[in-house]
Amino acid sequence: MPASISRIKGEGMTRWLVTLPPALFLVVFFLIPALIMAVASFREPGEFGGLAPLSRESFGLDAYRFIGDDIIYAWILAKSFLVAALTTVICLLLAYPLALLIARSPKRQRDLFVLLVILPFASNFLIRIYAWMMILGPLNLLYSPTAVIIGMVYVHLPFMILPLYTNLEKHDPTLLEAAQDLGAGAWTRFWRVTWPLSLPGVLSGSALVFIPVLGMFAVPELLGGTGDLLIGNLIKEQFLDNRDWPLGATLSLALTAAVLGVSALTAMYSRRTLR
Amino acid sequence: MALLELRHITRRFGDLEAVKDVTLSVEAGEFFTLLGPSGCGKTTILRMIAGFDEPDEGELFLDGQPLAGIPPEKRPVHTVFQSYALFPHLTVAGNIAFPLEMAGRTRDEIRRRVGETLALVHLEEKSAAFPHELSGGQKQRVALARGLVNKPRLLLLDEPLGALDAKLRERMQIELIALQREVGVTFVFVTHAQQEALALSHRIAVMNAGRVEQADVPEALYSSPKSRFVADFIGTINLIEADVVESNRHGLLLRAAGIGDIAAPAHPGIAAGRHGALAIRPEHLRVSPHSESAGLKNHFLGTVSEYLFRGDVTIYTIRLDNGLSLEALTTNAAPGRARFHEIGDRVRVEWRHDAGVYLAD
Repeated sequence: MPASISRIKGEGMTRWLVTLPPALFLVVFFLIPALIMAVASFREPGEFGGLAPLSRESFGLDAYRFIGDDIIYAWILAKSFLVAALTTVICLLLAYPLALLIARSPKRQRDLFVLLVILPFASNFLIRIYAWMMILGPLNLLYSPTAVIIGMVYVHLPFMILPLYTNLEKHDPTLLEAAQDLGAGAWTRFWRVTWPLSLPGVLSGSALVFIPVLGMFAVPELLGGTGDLLIGNLIKEQFLDNRDWPLGATLSLALTAAVLGVSALTAMYSRRTLR
Repeated sequence: MALLELRHITRRFGDLEAVKDVTLSVEAGEFFTLLGPSGCGKTTILRMIAGFDEPDEGELFLDGQPLAGIPPEKRPVHTVFQSYALFPHLTVAGNIAFPLEMAGRTRDEIRRRVGETLALVHLEEKSAAFPHELSGGQKQRVALARGLVNKPRLLLLDEPLGALDAKLRERMQIELIALQREVGVTFVFVTHAQQEALALSHRIAVMNAGRVEQADVPEALYSSPKSRFVADFIGTINLIEADVVESNRHGLLLRAAGIGDIAAPAHPGIAAGRHGALAIRPEHLRVSPHSESAGLKNHFLGTVSEYLFRGDVTIYTIRLDNGLSLEALTTNAAPGRARFHEIGDRVRVEWRHDAGVYLAD
């Protein structure tokens, strides 16, 4: 029937209008840069930085061989994962009770609490890290792995609190009443009702913390000692200090691949457990 | 001894007295209903029985034991919530198993009891479904199963049929009666729908503004209401303002302004001179063409001003010559005829001298 055909056509148009901008965004800001990186990783560094002029000899797997030969790169990547995981867990432990408190406080106070959570963003990131240097210095913690973790947690805590809060705020309080009515004590109510229902929030908060921490270089550079290089610092160094763009490109491709791997695992897990 | 007893319960929220000096008792095995308009305090009472709220004054007893200070999770009382409150992350079987797990039952017992209860509510094939995959009626039955599975002493039902459409609601009412009879668990049911209350309950407490107006079996509430509120809230009723002229053991003689004398059933304790209203049900009024002669003691002339054809019955609104409007219900049982009077028809309204209840102010 003509009417239904035109309706389906209209739906197709809408679908394109809705999906095209984000798709375009991803192509321009993710796919193309990633391809540039991929190409760069096969080329040779130029004499004064940048890339050597294109020729048959300047194309190869040198950067990959270099990374493969030295166990230090794998070790730094692993260490970065460890720092990111630890930061994520600490953020979760700190953010969950806070998000729960905000979600269960009277509606009028909630907005104020949320404002307080995002207020630190009002001042510059570097200034806040310098402030931590002044706090950690007298405590003899500066330039240590502990300082790096403290800084990472501090910077990323709001990214854990906000998705958790948005999730917890939507929970139907009657479900907790029902659980209590059916014989569940306070702990059981949390572990059997609140926690499983908050898993989507836990997952998105964890992704929002874990992934940026993996690539973060400013915090370890300012708060960590010289021995606390993470993958982010390493990449930055290749581009700015060593002027070895192919090596930097290869390292960041490795990081991107690792992040995509983690995201894929999370997506698979969430599809299986959270319908 | 009554299973549940409420003694002089009062509950205040700030300046508002939500429940005022309520005394009630519910017998074991009973289907007891708290009926009243929204805001009458019925849900507050339910929450106090469940343990989510405590009375400011008075005491509650279950099996003779005071309930004060016992948290909801420790009371052998389960609730079916208006919104069902099914756990969205658990399957139907998981939801029903929840109270059994809380009670620390063994794995085998849980599996057996969940199976039995699923069969009881005819949902065996939905055992692995999640709540969002169920229809309203199915959710309702899961909520009932979850409330009943651990055999509570008391099942509280908070307007559980409110979210269902009319047809389904009627079917669930029938299922609910059968279910309660089968499991023998005492039900305390809260509703604002009087027809639902009449159809389901063994006994009903009609509530108004925090007080219990009358608690009785449905038939008694319908046929002998004790207050204007109950008379008006349960079913439809005509209220005719009238003074008592004479009162003896044979009956009352009433005088209504502009209408005249009305004979009403005897009411011991009501003396001449009292003011009040005669409450009379529409089905007790007989409507006939004014040309026919009067057969009953109370008869008045009027005009049909409106009618509502309902299929099985027709409800006429008849304006008496003095301006008072009465509703009369006639069954359409005569074969071949569905209605007897048209708008504007002159008719005679009559009723027996022993029909109706006099409600003194």
